[in-house]
This record gives sequence, structure tokens and C-alpha cells, in this order.
Amino acid sequence: MIGDWLDIGWAEEIPVRGSRIVQVDGGDDIAVFRTGEGKVFALKDRCPHKHGRLSQGIVHGGAVACPLHNWRISLASGEALGDDKGCTPTVPVRVDAGRILIQRAATLAAAA
Amino acid sequence: MMEHQTIPLREDELREHLVVIGNGMAGCRAVEELLLRDAGRYRVTIFGAEPRVNYNRIMLSPVLAGEKSFDEIVINGHDWYDRHGISLIAGDPVLAIDRAGKTVTTRSGLTTGYDKLLIATGSDPFIIPVPGNDLHGVIGFRDMADVETMLGAAEKGGAAVVIGGGLLGLEAAHGLSLRGMKVTVLHLMPTLMERQLDEAAGWLLKQELEARGQTILTGADTAEILGGEWVEGVRLKDGTMIPANLVVMAVGIRPSVALARDAGLKVGRGIHVDDHMVTSDPAIHAVGECVEHDGQVYGLVAPLWEMCRALADGLVERHTGYKGSVTSTKLKVSGIDVFSAGEFASLDGAEDIVLRDAARGVYKRVVVKDDRIVGAVLYGDTADGGWYFDLLKRGEDIAPLREVLIFGQAFASGGGVADPKAAVAALSADAEICGCNGVSKGQVVACIEKGACSLDAVRSTCKASASCGSCTGLVENLLALTLGDEVQEGAKTLCKCTSFGHDHVRREIVAQAMRSIPEVMQKLHWTTPDGCSSCRPALNYYLLCALPGEYVDDQQSRFVNERLHANIQKDGTYSVVPRMWGGLTNPRQLRAIADVVEKYEAPMVKVTGGQRLDIFGIKKEDLPAVWADLNAAGMVSGHAYGKALRTVKTCVGSEWCRFGTQDSTGLGVKVEQATWGSWMPHKFKIAVSGCPRNCAEATIKDFGVICVDSGYELHVGGNGGIKVRVTDLLCKVATEAEAIEHCAAFIQLYREEAWYLERTAPWIERVGLTYIQSRLLDDAEERAALARRFFHSQSFSQEDPWAKRAEGAEREHHAPMAKFTPMEMA
Repeated sequence: MIGDWLDIGWAEEIPVRGSRIVQVDGGDDIAVFRTGEGKVFALKDRCPHKHGRLSQGIVHGGAVACPLHNWRISLASGEALGDDKGCTPTVPVRVDAGRILIQRAATLAAAA
Repeated sequence: MMEHQTIPLREDELREHLVVIGNGMAGCRAVEELLLRDAGRYRVTIFGAEPRVNYNRIMLSPVLAGEKSFDEIVINGHDWYDRHGISLIAGDPVLAIDRAGKTVTTRSGLTTGYDKLLIATGSDPFIIPVPGNDLHGVIGFRDMADVETMLGAAEKGGAAVVIGGGLLGLEAAHGLSLRGMKVTVLHLMPTLMERQLDEAAGWLLKQELEARGQTILTGADTAEILGGEWVEGVRLKDGTMIPANLVVMAVGIRPSVALARDAGLKVGRGIHVDDHMVTSDPAIHAVGECVEHDGQVYGLVAPLWEMCRALADGLVERHTGYKGSVTSTKLKVSGIDVFSAGEFASLDGAEDIVLRDAARGVYKRVVVKDDRIVGAVLYGDTADGGWYFDLLKRGEDIAPLREVLIFGQAFASGGGVADPKAAVAALSADAEICGCNGVSKGQVVACIEKGACSLDAVRSTCKASASCGSCTGLVENLLALTLGDEVQEGAKTLCKCTSFGHDHVRREIVAQAMRSIPEVMQKLHWTTPDGCSSCRPALNYYLLCALPGEYVDDQQSRFVNERLHANIQKDGTYSVVPRMWGGLTNPRQLRAIADVVEKYEAPMVKVTGGQRLDIFGIKKEDLPAVWADLNAAGMVSGHAYGKALRTVKTCVGSEWCRFGTQDSTGLGVKVEQATWGSWMPHKFKIAVSGCPRNCAEATIKDFGVICVDSGYELHVGGNGGIKVRVTDLLCKVATEAEAIEHCAAFIQLYREEAWYLERTAPWIERVGLTYIQSRLLDDAEERAALARRFFHSQSFSQEDPWAKRAEGAEREHHAPMAKFTPMEMA
């Protein structure tokens, strides 16, 4: 159904191994990542540890290192990796003809 | 994808034709062994069921875990087949053997004649006979296709069930968990890896895996796999339901014998072979996991090396024979060290020697019978695994060592202090060094003696430590033992992605003229696809330092502060520190700062320890505008965020102070103008004090100048941080120009030789003040050359990063990609 997915822009607008944010009015930002393999993921832009901006971290493999205390968060599941415990909400992503689409309902839930 | 090749039979082709069924580890290893003995003797054709070249199957776990790529686990690429004139038919499995006609026929109908046939079909995963075991999403863990299926499932997220808590199952679970899946391991027996580990070690392992977020259910008996077309979950006999969109069966393997059985060869659990790997048909041989030798079938890699040796000896008619294997096991789950060898189930007349160190999570158990080691289980500290295994295989009488055996080789061989070199020296020549590639100590030493004088060279020549890397330390010690001083001791590694240390990486970047981060990772065998948050910034800096003016900085390998040229704060806003040369300011700058504070509603301004003003609470998207305003008042980036020159702190000096001996403020400004903008291994602070009262606190800075009547005392390596360190006196000079030259040369030496994230204080403690002095003071020309290199690099780096961003460069770092106003919220 049209409207279930939000078109946020071209995949190329995100640097490889980088991230951009989507601002949600009245809620937290969503961080959208592009990995070295060209895969795109979206998470609430908030580390489960001390709420660091994951969009500002270093993306490596399928994870991002939080800029505040270097927690590694899985881009696919939002879970903290290694010895750390915690999880940040994920937002389903589709890439369609180079456009990135994020799921509306999950975006609202994650931003809330 | 299928690769078809016709097999040209040349008129003059009179050699015997060896056909190998199986392009896996056993088949290709057998051919390698044969080539070593008599390269021209046979014409060789290899048939493989998978559409790939020969790869290292035991390294599939690191591929799944994202630690290796497929290319990195290839043992022999196409060039190997070409070089040796081997015909490879991949992706077209052999379906029938005609023993009478001496031919094999493939699925596509290709029929090929043979003189000698080698069956190396390996094994198949055992699929437990429960309803639903044929659903989509139920797979084994045996080949690259299985890994690809698992990666595809992991990409979608969700939950996975791994049936089987043995070696393979736990490695699969680890990989899937790293890939972001929620993993449950079902194990029928009460303890994990019960065939290799005893109860105590199995328990420690379970604790560790659970702490990493996996769910481990022991005594779990699968009743049914649920789902429509695709798997949806698993039901246990006790009624427990576990949802899953992927089920990996890793309960065991069965020798793949169908082809041999259909051909009428003698088959028990595996294909029967004699000591020379000959089957019941003298023209047909078999090696690897598909064979049964002396009642034994093997599912590990080490016996395969020994079988291939015996087979190749037989094929060139220098029969030696295979006598069966004792096996050892290591679990390839990063951060968990588990080793097991031999027997440890209660044996008659056997005694256990056990050491437990609960605090370190170490458990060691050595099983001894008749003064011989018959088994060993190590958890947490597996360094002595190779030694115990060597003693076990040689059947050494351990009575003289018995009291100290459990403390390991270093202790048992006399020294309370561990000497890893002595430990390696004591190993016998046939002791296995590299389990992944079956390389013995003798082979590694021979390879070093033939000219492989670095770890890298050993890896590419005999493949020791080229796969999982766990024997890297052993190989390094063998290098040191064999070559003496010609190899440097392996420093601590740069990060977990590599087995090389900082110095080695820096040397190779220069020696091989490497130009980019991916190139370094490729050439130095990085174990991860694109590094981690430790190595990427380090490599970016090393390349930047090695290639001034040429290297293009990789912004995605910079910490956020250096990417955004401001300091991230815990609430996600940034602080901005404009440069004030030598700590001097003026009304125009102060007004501009005051205006910025008001205009952007910065909640706080603070005077820093380095004599600057720090504006707090600036939003990421406002940074370019803030910088434009500060630029307009003549201020540039203060680099308060960078591994770079931070500030030059000064006192007022002879211009105003009644004690001042020199113009410390003026010198501070000159030093700051000479050194600002330079990237360094870590932050770098300078101070200039006008007299020995030292009001600028120059003796806790990385470089400090204390002015005296007769000139300038230069101090280095101070630090006011967690561990306060007072500077060392480098030397005394007479003029400002000399002070600046020494400062530049010192910074350049630090830039070129310190490890990334190493401040000058620990660097000097590591290399010694004497070394620094010898490089800077003994030879004026060398000092001048260092200073020249510094100023050359500075000619590219003294460009204000704020100005470029304020003009709109790299907007993507500051602007959101999209804004979304939900109707429901409006």
C-alpha cells in the first residue's frame, strides 16, 4: 500500500561506511547507514548505552561503533555486540531502484 | 553457474590419467602432495560438485562470522590448476563409476576415462529424521552455499535455531549471532561439545556463550520442525516451541559413500581403505572423511594431511603407509579458547591432573595413563595445547615432569618465567604448528631457511598461520629462532583485525608504497572486510603521514570529532573552540565569540586549560554557520577535537613580566603558527614559559619551552592527564629559530614513529629518551631533514577545515537526509 514506506532519498547520498539522519518531527532522529558492501540499514539514532548518536560512529562490517564509548551495535538487529548488553530499535529498509525507503510505522515507533 | 571444460587428450599424452572426484581439501591436498613428489607423472583431472575452486572448508566459520571473505579462504585459485596443467570440472558432480570400463560419468553426461581414480567425496551433514526436515530454510553447514543461505537469512534478521552443540554447530551459532540473528542452540546431550570437552569445560563454554546472548538448551530433543513452505519454528519433545526462520542442522556428518557403494566397492561406515589408501579395487584410492581406515572414520582435518601423504607416497611407489591419527580440536570462536586432544572419558588406570583458575576462567585437565599423556582438555588458556599434543603423539614418558606438567611447558622446562621461544625450540620437527593447513614445525623451518624471512612470506609460502591465525605466535617464534636478529619480535597487534603490529604495518605501507586503506588491508591479510573502529583511523593516519599532499583523507575512517571538526558532547551537541594564537585575543574576536554564543543560543562558554574559549551546545547543523561567523572575525579552527596540535600555552614573558627572560608570548605565537593543522598519532600540547617559574606549565606538555637568560630549555614527553608525567630535558638551545627547528623535528619523529593513539609520554618511555636524543641531536643534518619533512607536510595541512565547510563543502556531514512530519503528530 502506498504510504507504508517513506522515500527518504538516493542511496548514494549516504557515504559508503557512513550514515545520514532522518529527522522526525517531535521524535528522535533515525540514523540510516550504508555499509562497505553497499547494504542499507536504519536504526533509532540513539545508543542503548548512554544515548550516543550512532549516526556519528564508525561503520565497519555490519556494525557501527558508538562515538561516545565505542559500543558496537549490529546494524541488522540493533543489538550491542561483544560483552555489552542492550538493543536499539531497528527500522525496516528497502532499496528500490536506488531510492531508500523506510517503513513508516516502524519509523514512528522508533522515533517515539 | 557451471564451468565446463573439454579435456583435450593430446596424441603424445601417454602419461597415466589420475581422475580425482572431489575438489575439496582432501582431493586437492592429495594432488599437491603428488606434485611435490613427482610433478610430471600423472595427467590430472579434478571433478568438483561445487562451482568453485579449492577452498578451505574449515574456514567457513570465519566467513560466516564476517572475519574472512571467500577469496581469503581459497587454497588454490585458477592459476594453480593452470600452472600444473590440471583440468578442473567444477559444478558438475560425478554420478557413476564404471570400474570395468574405467570411466566416470558426470551429471551433465560427460564421460572420462581413468587409469587411477581417487575418491575424495568427503562427508554429508546428517539430517535428523524428524517431520519438517525438508522445509525451506532447513540447511546443513557444510559448504559455501550453506554459508550464503545463512547470510541471506541473517540479512533479514529474526531468529535461528542451530541443532547440535558440537564444534560445527557452535561456530555456526557464533557466526549467525554476530550477523545479528537471535540464536538458540539445541543440544541433545547434557554438555556442549561432549565428544571433545569434559563436563567442566563444557559448562564454562556454555556460560560464556550465554553471556554473549545465545540461548543454549542442553538435553533438548527435537520433535518436529514447523512451517508451511518455509520453516517457522522448532518444537521439542517436551513441548517447548522455538520460533525460527532458519534451522541449521549440525548434529554430525556421514561419510559420503553412495558413489563408491554403487560402484560395488567395499564400504562399511566409510569406504574401506588399506594403509596406502587403496580401496577394494586396486585402481581406486580414497582419502579424507569418506574413508574408513582400520575401523576408524575421521571428521577433522589433521588425519587428512597424513592420509594424503601416505597416498602420494603410494602413487609414486615409495610406500610409507598410514597408521591412523590422533586428533586434536580447537574451537574457532573468537575470544573463546578451547583445546582438546586424545581421550578423556574415564579410562581404566588413567589419572587426571586438573588446574582451575576461576578468576581467569581457566580450566586445564591432562589425562595420564602409565606415565604417558592420553588426553588433554584446555579452556581459557590453550597456549600449551600444542605441547601436550606433541607429548601425547610421541608417547613421551612424562614421569620426570609430572609434578609441574599442568603448569605448562614454560614452567615444566625449568624457567618460572615463560620463554615462548624456548617452548617452540623444544617442539619436535614433526609437531604440528598450523592445524588449519597441516604444516609441521619442520616444514615451517624449511620454508624460513629457504628465504621466507617474514610472517607474511611464511604465510604465502607454506600457508602456516595463513588461515585462522591462531598459530601466528608460534610462527613468529620460529622465525626468531631460525633467523636470530634478522626478524623483529612481533609487537602487539594493531587491532583484532590483523596479526601485525603498528611498526610492521607502518614499515610495509612505506616499503610497498601502499596508497589506500583497502590496499593495506588486502596486502596485509586483514581478517575483516573493512576493519574496525580501531584500525581504520590508525591506517588513515599512517597513510596521511606517509603520503603528505597525495593521500586523500578517508572521512569515514575518522572519529566523529575529526569528521565534524568539533567535539561531540554527551547530549549529541558539539563544542567549538576557535584558535587564539599563543592564547592571545582581541576585542574583534571576543565580540565575534559573544555574538555566536547569543545567536546560536549556546548555553555555556568556558575558558579551557589551554587558554582558549570553548563554546558549548552547538547543534550539528549549525556548525557551518558558526564557523562562517568566526572565520569572518579572522579565527580558524582550534583543533580542540583532533589528534593534532591543540594549543600553545604561554605566559606573558619579558614584554610585561618583571621576571621574564625572553619573549615567551611571541615565541608561542610563532610555534603555534608553525605547527597548527598537523595531524599526529594523538593530541599534542605545547607551552612556552618565560622563566623557570614556569607559569605556562611547560613541563607537563608534549613539547615545552622554558626560557632562561642564556636561551631556551627544550622539554619533551610531559603529560598532565590520568598519569602525570613530567617532561625530560631534551637539550638547551640559544635562539628562537633553533627552538622552532627542534620542535618541528621532534614532532615529525613522533608523527613518523609513534603508534596511533600513543601520546609522547608513553612513546618516550617505550623507545627511551636516549633514542630520541640520538635522532634529534647527534646529527644536525638528520634533525634538519626531519624538520623539512614536517614543514613539507604542513604545506598541505595548514588549510582551515572550518572555512571549507562554511563554504558548503561536505554538506552531508551536517544536514539531515530527510525530514519527516507525521500527519498523526501534526
